[in-house]
Amino acid sequence: MSTLVEYRPYYLRSFRLARKFLRINWLFVVVTCAVAGIGYAALYSAAGGRGEPYAIPQFIRFAAALIMMIMIAMIDIRIIAKCAWPLYAIGLLLLLAVWKFGHVGLGARRWLDIGGLHVQPSELMKLFLILALAHWFQRASYEQVGNPVFLIAPVLAILGPAALILKEPNLGTAVITMAIGGAVLLAAGVRWWKFAIVMLLVAVAAPFAYHHLHGYQKQRILTFLHPGRDPLGAGYNIIQSKIALGSGGMWGQGFLHGTQNQLNFLPEKQTDFVFTIIAEEFGFAGSMVLMSLLFSMVAMAFYTALRCRHQFGRLAAIGIGTNLFLYCFVNLAMVMGLIPVGGVPLPLVSYGGSALTAVMLGLGVLMSVHVHRDVEFASGDD
Amino acid sequence: MRRRNRLGPIVSRRGLLLGTAQGAAFGALGLQLYRMQVLDHRPYGALATENSISERLIAPERGIITDRLGTVLAGNRRYWRALFIAVQARDPVKVVERFAHIIPLSEGECSRIDRDLKDKPRFVPILLKDDLDWSATARIEVHAPDLPGVFIDAGSVRFYPLAKRSAHVIGYVDRPTQREVAHDRVLALPGARVGRSGVERAHNEALQGVPGIVQTEVNVHGSVVRELDRSHSKHGATVQATLDAQLQIMAANSLGENVGAAVMLGAKGDVLLMASAPGFDPALFDNGVPAEIWSEWLDDPRRPLTNRATGGLYAPGSAFKPNVALAALDCGAITVETHFLCPGYLKLGDHVFYCWQHSGHGNVNVISALEQSCDVFFYYAALATGIDRIARMGRKLGLIGPLDIGMPNTEPGFLPTRAWSRKRRLIWTKGDTVIQGIGQGYTQVTPLGLATMTIRIATGRAVQPHLTRAVGQTLYRDFDETSWPDLGLDDRHLAAVRQGMIEAVNTPLGTAYASRLNVPGLHMAGKTGTAQVHGLTTGEEKANYNDALLPLAFRPNAFFIAFAPTDVPRYAAAIVVEHGNEGAACAAPIARDLITAALSREAEMPSAPAGTIA
Repeated sequence: MSTLVEYRPYYLRSFRLARKFLRINWLFVVVTCAVAGIGYAALYSAAGGRGEPYAIPQFIRFAAALIMMIMIAMIDIRIIAKCAWPLYAIGLLLLLAVWKFGHVGLGARRWLDIGGLHVQPSELMKLFLILALAHWFQRASYEQVGNPVFLIAPVLAILGPAALILKEPNLGTAVITMAIGGAVLLAAGVRWWKFAIVMLLVAVAAPFAYHHLHGYQKQRILTFLHPGRDPLGAGYNIIQSKIALGSGGMWGQGFLHGTQNQLNFLPEKQTDFVFTIIAEEFGFAGSMVLMSLLFSMVAMAFYTALRCRHQFGRLAAIGIGTNLFLYCFVNLAMVMGLIPVGGVPLPLVSYGGSALTAVMLGLGVLMSVHVHRDVEFASGDD
Repeated sequence: MRRRNRLGPIVSRRGLLLGTAQGAAFGALGLQLYRMQVLDHRPYGALATENSISERLIAPERGIITDRLGTVLAGNRRYWRALFIAVQARDPVKVVERFAHIIPLSEGECSRIDRDLKDKPRFVPILLKDDLDWSATARIEVHAPDLPGVFIDAGSVRFYPLAKRSAHVIGYVDRPTQREVAHDRVLALPGARVGRSGVERAHNEALQGVPGIVQTEVNVHGSVVRELDRSHSKHGATVQATLDAQLQIMAANSLGENVGAAVMLGAKGDVLLMASAPGFDPALFDNGVPAEIWSEWLDDPRRPLTNRATGGLYAPGSAFKPNVALAALDCGAITVETHFLCPGYLKLGDHVFYCWQHSGHGNVNVISALEQSCDVFFYYAALATGIDRIARMGRKLGLIGPLDIGMPNTEPGFLPTRAWSRKRRLIWTKGDTVIQGIGQGYTQVTPLGLATMTIRIATGRAVQPHLTRAVGQTLYRDFDETSWPDLGLDDRHLAAVRQGMIEAVNTPLGTAYASRLNVPGLHMAGKTGTAQVHGLTTGEEKANYNDALLPLAFRPNAFFIAFAPTDVPRYAAAIVVEHGNEGAACAAPIARDLITAALSREAEMPSAPAGTIA
C-alpha cells in the first residue's frame, strides 16, 4: 500500500477534471440509472400506460439530478468536508424556517417553498448531519472516541434536528435521522455498551412516549397491528398493497396488466406504494431485480467506505449508505405490511422531486468520496 | 502522522458489520417477499388469474336543498351513459359499429372511441355515449345480447330548478381540486362534488354524506363476479333553507333585466328570499364551465357571479335616514318634537347642501322628515348627533358588522367614524358628516344589512338573519321571537321612526304613496332611497360598468326598505336597483308586490306566521 502511495502521491498532484471523470465509479452510475429506469416503467404504468403525468416529469427531474450528481462527484471531498458544519447550520435554519413558515400539508409542516422549489429540509438534514458527524470524527483517536465528553457534541448534533423534525410532526423521519446518526457513531468506534444503554433507555421510555404520539401516529401503529380493524380507513392501503404483492406471483401479471394497479385500488400508488406496481406486474422476479439493484447500491457505498483512505470519507460513505438502506428498508417493509405506514418514498423510484434531489445529492457526495478516496487531508484542513 | 490512524481498523470492522447487517435485512425482506408472492400466491392465486377481492367506496348521493315548504332548490338528476370493455367482445370494432346503429354517434365521438380503443388497456371501460335518455338506455338494454362488453353506467348531476334565479343564494358545486382529493380520499370517487358558494358551500359537509363500502370479487377484466359484503353509503342530509321558492322566483322575475338585489326577512330573521340580478346558470359548474361562457361572465360589466344581496356595497341614500333618526333620538340630539325649518337648502360655511326638493319642506319633525324624506332635517340631525354615534347605531341595527348568516362571501359593510378618518389621515369636515346624514359619502352597506336594519326597527329586537331552517331531521336552531335580545332602544323613539316610515307609504305626501299596499286592513311601512352615483360610489366594481353603459351610468341607484304589516310586523324587505333612478318609482313597487305575495302565502306556511312583536 505504501509503495502505491509513494508511486502516485495524489495529495501532491493537482487533480484534473478528466482524471476525476475517469475515476468515477461508473458501475454505480449505471445501477442508479437502471433503478431510475425501473421507476420510469412503474410510473408509466401507474398512469395507465401514459408518460403524463408522472413518468415524463420524473424522468426530466432525474436527468437534471444525474448531472448534478456527477458535478458533485467532481468536487474535492476536502472542500465538502470544509462545508460540513456550515451546511449543517443551514439545514438547521431550514428546519426552523419550516417550523415557522412551512406549508401545512396533510396536517404536518414539512415543506418549504424556495423560489418555487418544494424543499423538504428534513431530507437534506440527514445528509448534512452525516457530513457534520464525519467531520467531527475525522481526526478522532480511539481514546477520544472512548471519552464521553467528546461525544456530547455529536449526540447533541443528532438530537437537535431530530427534535425539530419530530415537531413537524414527522415521527418516521425523526427516527430514521437518529438511526443514521447512531450508525455513524457506531462506525466511528463508539463503544458497544453505550449503545446498549441507549437501547435499554428507549425500551423503557417507549410506552410513555406512545402517549405523546399524535392521533394519526397512534392510528398508524394500531392499524399496523390490526389492518382489518378499519378496512376503509388507514388499513385500506396495507390490505390493498398486500393483495397487489400477492397477486404478482413469480412472474407477475405483465406490464400494464396488473389489475390492482390499473383498476386504481391503491390511491397515490405512484408515490410511497410504487413498489406494488413492480411487484404486481413483474412478480417476484421483477421485485428481486429491483431489490438487488438497490442493495448493490448500498453495498457499493460500503465498498467505497472500505476503499477510502481517510476517516471523513469512510464515515460519510457509511452514513450515506445507511441512509439509502433505511429509505429502501422502511419503504419496502411498509409496503409488505411489516412496519407501520410512514410516508417514506422508495429512492429513485417513487414519484416526487424533493426526495429524489436529496437522494441524488447524497449519492453525489458518495461518488466524490469514491473519486477522492486517496486524497490526504492536510493537518490544518478542518 | 495520522496516516496510521488507530481508528482505521475499527471503522473498517464496524463498516463491514453494518454492511452485513443491512445485507441481512435486505435478505429478510427478500424472503418475506418470496413468502408473500410465491408461497402465499395460492390464496391470492384465484385473484391473480380469475377473481380478486376488492373493496370499493360507493359514493354517497349529495343531499338536496329545499325551501321552507320542501320545494327542491338543488337536487340530483340521474343520467345514464354507455361504457364498453373491449376485452369482453370478440370483435370490438364491430360492436361499436352495431352500437352506432342503435344510438347515432357523431363524427367526433367516433374518432374519440377509435382513439380510446387503440390507446387504453383493453380491460379499462371506455365511454361510448354520454348523457343517454331513458329510451336510449332501454334500446341498449334490449340489444344487450348483440353488444357484448357494453354496459350502462348510472351517475347523477346536480340540478337547480330555479336555475339562475336562486344561483347566488343556493350556490353551486364543482369538481374537487387535487389538493382537496389529497385530504379526503372520498372526493376521488367519480362524481364527487364540492359546494363552492351559497348554501352548497355553507353546508357542504352535511350535504356530502358518508360513503359506503362494497366488497366484491372482481375478475381480471374488472367486472364484478359477485358481491360479498356491502355497507350502504349514507346520503347527504337534506338541507332546508328558510327561503320561499315562490317568493324567490317572484323577486328574481321582478328584478328582471335590472341590475340589483332583493332581500326579504321574516320577523325571526329567516331569509325568505335573496335574489341578485343578473344571475348565472349554476348547473354549468357541475361539469366545468365552458371557457367561452366563463370569460363572458368575467367580462360582463354587470358581474353576474357576484351575490349583490350579501356582497354588493352601496351608499344607501335616504334609506339610511331611519338609522340617523334613531341615532339622533337615542343620544338626545333631537326629540320627537324637535322641528327644523327646511328652506330647501342648508348653508354650511361656503357650501350649500340642497334638499332634494329645492322649494323646501317647511317646518318638519322627525316623522314628517321621514315621510317626505327631507334632506335638510337629516343634515341638522347628523350634525347634532355626530358621525360616531351614527356608526354605533348602524352597528346596533345590524346595518353593518358581521352578519352571521351562515353564508360565505358576506360583506360587513362600512360606516365611517372619526377614529377611521384619523387613521386614514382624512380631514373630517362638518360637510362630511352632513352628507352621511342622507346616506351618501363613505357609507357602504349591503342589501342584507338594510333588510336587517328594517326588521330590527320593526321588531325592536336584535334579530339576526339566517338562512338555514333544518339540516337533516333536526331544526338547525329554534328561533322564536324571544330568542333575540331587546335592542334596548326607547319605545317612543322606535315608534316615531316607524310612524315616519308608515306615513312615507300611506299618506299622500309620503314619498312612496304610490306603492301603498292594496290589501284590506294591512299596511306597509317603508323608506325610499335614491343615491347619486359619483363614478365610484360603490367601489371599483362600477368603474367597468360606467364605461360600458354610459347613458345609464349617471342615473342614481334606487333603494326601498319596507316592513309589513305595520301593527304586527312579520316581513321586512330591502330592494336595490342599480341605476334605477328613483327608489319610489323603481324599487318600491317591487317591495310592495313581494310583501303582498308573502302576506297572501301565509296560509300555506308550515307553522303559524312568524313572530308577533308589538
